[in-house]
Amino acid sequence: MSTTIAQNRSFGAALWDYLTTVDHKKIGILYLVSGGFFFLLGGLEAMAIRIQLIKPANDFVSAGFYNQILTMHGTTMIFLAAMPLIFALMNAVVPLQIGARDVAFPFLNALGFWLFLAGGLILNASWFLGGAPDAGWTAYAPLSTTSPGHGVDFYVLGLQISGAGTLIAGINFLVTIVNMRAPGMTYMRMPLFTWTTFVVSALILFAFPALTVGLFLLMFDRLFGSGFFDASMGGNSVIWEHLFWIFGHPEVYILILPAFGVFSEILPVFSKKRLFGYTAMVFATVLIGFLGFMVWAHHMFTVGLGPAANSIFAVATMAIAVPTGIKIFNWLFTLWGGNITINTAMLYSLSFIPTFTIGGMTGVMLAAAAADYQFHDTYFVVAHFHYVIVGGVVFGIFAGLHYWWPRMFGKILDEKLGKLTFWTFFIGFHLTFFIQHFLGLMGMPRRYWTFLPDQGLDTGNLISTIGAFLMAFGTIVFVINVIVTSVKGEKVGGDPWDGRTLEWAIANPTPHYNFKQTPLVRGLDAFWIEKMDGRKEMTPAEPVDDIHMPNSSILPFIMALGLFIAGFGFIYQVDNSAWLAAVFIGMGILLGCMFIRSVKDDHGYHIHKEDLDKGAGL
Amino acid sequence: MSNDTLNPKVMPEEPEKATLEGKNKFLGFWFFLGGETVLFASLFGTFLALRNSTNGGPSSQELFGLDLVFIMTMLLLTSSLTSVVAIYQMKKNNFAKMQAWLAITVILGFGFLSLEIYEFYEYITLEDFTFRSSAFGSAFYTLVGFHGGHVLFGLLWILTLMIRNAKRGLNLYNAPKFYVASLYWHFIDVVWVFIFTVVYLMGVI
Amino acid sequence: MKGWMGKIRALFLLSSLALILSGCGRENLTAFLPKGYGAEVSLNLIIISLAVMIFVFIVVMIIYTVVLVKYRRKKGQEDYIPKQTEGNKALEIIWTVIPILLLVIIAVPTVSATFDLADESEKEDTLNIKVTGNQYWWHFSYEDEEIQTSQDLYIPVGKRIYLNMVSSDVLHSFWVPSITGKMDTNPENENTMYIEAYEEGVYWGKCAELCGPSHSLMDFKIVAVSEEEYNQWVTDMQNFDAEAVPETASAQEGQELFQNNCISCHALGSSPVAVAPNLTDFGNRTKIAGVLDFDKETLVGWISNPEEFKEGNKMTNAEYLKNGSLSEEEISKIADYLLQLKPTTITPESATN
Repeated sequence: MSTTIAQNRSFGAALWDYLTTVDHKKIGILYLVSGGFFFLLGGLEAMAIRIQLIKPANDFVSAGFYNQILTMHGTTMIFLAAMPLIFALMNAVVPLQIGARDVAFPFLNALGFWLFLAGGLILNASWFLGGAPDAGWTAYAPLSTTSPGHGVDFYVLGLQISGAGTLIAGINFLVTIVNMRAPGMTYMRMPLFTWTTFVVSALILFAFPALTVGLFLLMFDRLFGSGFFDASMGGNSVIWEHLFWIFGHPEVYILILPAFGVFSEILPVFSKKRLFGYTAMVFATVLIGFLGFMVWAHHMFTVGLGPAANSIFAVATMAIAVPTGIKIFNWLFTLWGGNITINTAMLYSLSFIPTFTIGGMTGVMLAAAAADYQFHDTYFVVAHFHYVIVGGVVFGIFAGLHYWWPRMFGKILDEKLGKLTFWTFFIGFHLTFFIQHFLGLMGMPRRYWTFLPDQGLDTGNLISTIGAFLMAFGTIVFVINVIVTSVKGEKVGGDPWDGRTLEWAIANPTPHYNFKQTPLVRGLDAFWIEKMDGRKEMTPAEPVDDIHMPNSSILPFIMALGLFIAGFGFIYQVDNSAWLAAVFIGMGILLGCMFIRSVKDDHGYHIHKEDLDKGAGL
Repeated sequence: MSNDTLNPKVMPEEPEKATLEGKNKFLGFWFFLGGETVLFASLFGTFLALRNSTNGGPSSQELFGLDLVFIMTMLLLTSSLTSVVAIYQMKKNNFAKMQAWLAITVILGFGFLSLEIYEFYEYITLEDFTFRSSAFGSAFYTLVGFHGGHVLFGLLWILTLMIRNAKRGLNLYNAPKFYVASLYWHFIDVVWVFIFTVVYLMGVI
Repeated sequence: MKGWMGKIRALFLLSSLALILSGCGRENLTAFLPKGYGAEVSLNLIIISLAVMIFVFIVVMIIYTVVLVKYRRKKGQEDYIPKQTEGNKALEIIWTVIPILLLVIIAVPTVSATFDLADESEKEDTLNIKVTGNQYWWHFSYEDEEIQTSQDLYIPVGKRIYLNMVSSDVLHSFWVPSITGKMDTNPENENTMYIEAYEEGVYWGKCAELCGPSHSLMDFKIVAVSEEEYNQWVTDMQNFDAEAVPETASAQEGQELFQNNCISCHALGSSPVAVAPNLTDFGNRTKIAGVLDFDKETLVGWISNPEEFKEGNKMTNAEYLKNGSLSEEEISKIADYLLQLKPTTITPESATN
């Protein structure tokens, strides 16, 4: 019955549904679509960079425009592509993995998404409004405070707004995982992806406020005449570097830990073996998260902090290699003795191991402060962080998408196209970035618009650009795969991979309320345990009863819209104080919505148990 | 959730944590305050790095007097105490008394805020010490101003809750709201203790 | 199976081939062939850490290969469910303790090298040079010798020299890969580092901190010459006479034009003005503006339209360009004047053994 209704729904109704949804599964799809869009945008920027560097003294783009491209490539990929794509997976999977019907704060969950999108759109609006930010994604002062035009203002406001969304999302997942677990789902029975989500949310909570403050100070310096980073007013630009990296280093782990979680889900499933050393994996995750806050100054070895500070941060950084090594070996021994199936999700997971090991190796090398004097800000660093972020995070996202696609959309992504994407992307990736280690030490600093002929840098850059084209090809094939699968793909059952965790215990498509009866969890790999005991479903922990669900709301969207308007007001009020009106209107909308949210009772609604059997909420 | 479950005949001991929504709010707000701690820690760090960067403008020794700040501190500390009493009355399900104590909290808070505005006004008009005078000025107004902004937001929030619920009294839906608002108020108070120490006490020495 | 190992092998072959083709980079630019103390210390540390890391990589790859060869799903075993191992205490302790030991092997030399490169015990007794990073050029002030110069840093070979570094605008980073690792120049504090060149030579330097559009065009050089040559250079530079009359008539007119149009930013001799590069030994340079070919045509082009060559540079705002007050002919005369500024016989060409 409900399916016919769904088919007859107009486009407008579907749009309204997504604008007002507080359902974590739909929010996951929203994150996926917008994150995917920004990923393609960031990829386009990457291609412009590589084309510019295909030969010495090239002038495919101008020097100033090149700086805008490289800044937007970094900012987009980190904040607008990698993070939302990870949030897409988290939203799609984590509540299901812990046996919850929703997240702790469905309203805030939606708000987090819309704030991220508003911030991303502000940032990218800069392209059409006089030029994008051009001070690098790190926006070091005084270059960022003195950069002419409004580019860096867009960076500040865009990141501030999307950062607020991220913070909200982090708190939401923390509380969800603490309070919403199904009966029997103790902490040490949580799937690794849930664990990494938990640790990552804590990192977000404690790291993002430092960025918030940094961005405020940058905004005050640029728009309101303060002197935090202005040496002529007694300010100190190194403060920005500290604030940025106190946020920025944990941010790296915010990106990579969920990828670790994804691989820790996929490897056991496709080797038909329990994750080796589960407890060690959990503690390694927590330890990496904790140490992530102690090492920020290794990005600043050449700033002149002195040998004592450099040495302390060098040794602390090396320490992170220990828990990371533990993880690598645990993954290897999960495979050891297994019955390994290799499909696309598994190809990404398997290729991740050597790729990430190389990234980790160069990470330890970079930690050696006196060696870093040579590595710092060269293509060696560019190679290193692409090995961990592409080889770790992007492989993780691809792997996770192939693995969870049937959970999110009810269909398996085409394997042939998937493998084509994998091989071109994988080979292209190593072609692009392996050579860059050497380019760096041969004297090529990063963020270089061009290099001179006769400096021995030509061949390496050419190879790198060829590799980039292969990666672009792979990405396009993936997009085609998504389209082909949604048009032609066949619906599969709820458990296509013979999964181990709770998200596979649900029929396809996932009902609106996830679980008709909250499941009873009897151990790690809860669903696997039931299957081994010969059951096809989870044992319920409660009788069938009315299900309480949260109401949809348009308020999150309007709040984000308010901040979007206010953001433009803040940027342009320096030119014309009439723009202050936009600030007041925008902030008024935001505060008004908060006021409505506070005074208007919202008790949600119930799906009655009689209706459950009729398929309500599907 | 039906009206009966939110308005039980006998209020539980901890009405703020009696429902799942309440528990979520309670925990989520604690996490939020954790993030706020990092926010203020970053601002304090920046202030400490720039507190002597007066760039020829007035220094903290020339500016700060402790009399006014002492009164402000007393006002805010007392308001924190009165909000404790208010929550104590909430747990005893004594709505009228809770409202009364919250009202006192709000009055004390506004007293604090007025003095802070007066203080800033003096600095700007008499001492010519502004946000744009020096890095020290920027850091001072940013740190103390962020706190002041939090105070203002807290006051408006508590007032909103008081007015919204004035007629219907306490239930399990609004108890968590009152509770987290008072948590927020305590947090602001703790931050002020640090501002008093780091900015003013260390500033006059 | 064959297919995918084969692809990896092909990949590695391709990369190493590329490496052989490109070698280790240009001799006076690459960090792989150290010609100075700092570069040598760094390279030693790089080699130690790389060796340890390659050992780890090999161990990982051996296990990885065994796993992939041995435990792939076999025909007829599709439903085989392996033993669900929870873990192995002994193994887990091994791969916790051994990495710690390996890290100690890297950490000890790291700390010692880091302190070594920050050593300032000899600072008072030797040559100190103040380095200023500017958008997009480098200024060098030999304070005790009262010599000012830009772009080419002349140093005596085999001697420890201290560089005291600041920035006049945004952050820059001083990097001469074959001599030493980098150090940032900050606007608010002075950073100190020492360099020592082992061999005479001209070493390429680059800015390594994003500093604006022309960040990649901020090259400079260290010219390491013998002690005698260096002393000769110092004497010549100190004896430079800005008033000296050039030989050709064109250069003489150029001198006057230069005095009227350029001198408020570009200094000659020991004048402390450093708004723009000091041009005392301009005629001895090998590059114009750090990156352009050194010939008259390029120089005229540069003076006529610097923005075309270095986006965002400050010469674009010069009075003569705003007013259009210099004709091409006049610029050509200025170029003649600049090209004959050769106060010393010590040039980059002297930097050979």
